Amino acid sequence: MSLLSPVTSLANPSRFAAFAERLTPWLIGATAFVFAVALYLALVVAPPDYQQGETVRIMFIHVPSAWLAMFAYTLMAIASLGVLIWRHPLADVSAKAAAPLGAAFTFLALATGSLWGKPMWGAWWVWDARLTSFLILFIMYLGLMALRSAIEEPSRAAKACAILTLVGSVNIPIIKFSVDWWNTLHQPASVIRAGKPTMDPSILWPLLIAAVAFTLLFTTLHLVGMRTELLRRRARTLRLTAAASAPAALAPEPAE
Amino acid sequence: MTDPHFGYIAASYAIAFVVIAGLILWTALDQRAQRRALAELEARSGRRRAADGPRP
Repeated sequence: MSLLSPVTSLANPSRFAAFAERLTPWLIGATAFVFAVALYLALVVAPPDYQQGETVRIMFIHVPSAWLAMFAYTLMAIASLGVLIWRHPLADVSAKAAAPLGAAFTFLALATGSLWGKPMWGAWWVWDARLTSFLILFIMYLGLMALRSAIEEPSRAAKACAILTLVGSVNIPIIKFSVDWWNTLHQPASVIRAGKPTMDPSILWPLLIAAVAFTLLFTTLHLVGMRTELLRRRARTLRLTAAASAPAALAPEPAE
Repeated sequence: MTDPHFGYIAASYAIAFVVIAGLILWTALDQRAQRRALAELEARSGRRRAADGPRP
């Protein structure tokens, strides 16, 4: 048996749904546990920053939310390639389930960033490259969800959303490198960068554990969302089958 | 915490709680609704097949 076969067998939607159902309780437990640890580290253990004071605690929500906002979009872009190139049924299911999660984490990053910006920068919002490109990401998520709900036929919606997702994916490197390419109020990368992170370990570790907690939450919600989407598609198929057989049943008998 | 910026920190955590709780609730309710809809449709299609009787 090939090493890849357990993975490739999950490409079958029914097997994937069964696997996700078995995995979900474990993921819920792990998410709750890591979230409890992350909150304890963020609110109790991590020291105040020497410049930002206690407001550094906002970072433990803001940064993981921002990472996940970009991760969800990257996942959707990869899934969109799966839709357009391989036409895999699970690829569109994954992209569709990730969109509302990505939108929620983008909103959270924008809201907490604004609440962090006011005491540190003296402004709720500035139209600089990082903030503006992140707002565009939020609008992209909303646009993708609106486009999907506007097209009734799922295969057409999948194709249109995949194309729009891939076009919008150009924004991801712009968000990442905006702080290097342009002068912005936003600080440059301090964790994911060439060389060592610039943060003290007493703040870096709680941040990394918070990132693991948020990622586990995203994974759990995404898997449950994908299972729900598979149920929705099965229900749609049953409705269409019932609708197709109904006229035949109701049709009058041919005259003799 | 007697920090002058306590309000900003509390508001950030409160928003995070509301957004995350909302996401969890929406995900759970959506799945429950889809499960119910599917169970109902499967029961209906089962009844229809039974009403049609055995086929040769």
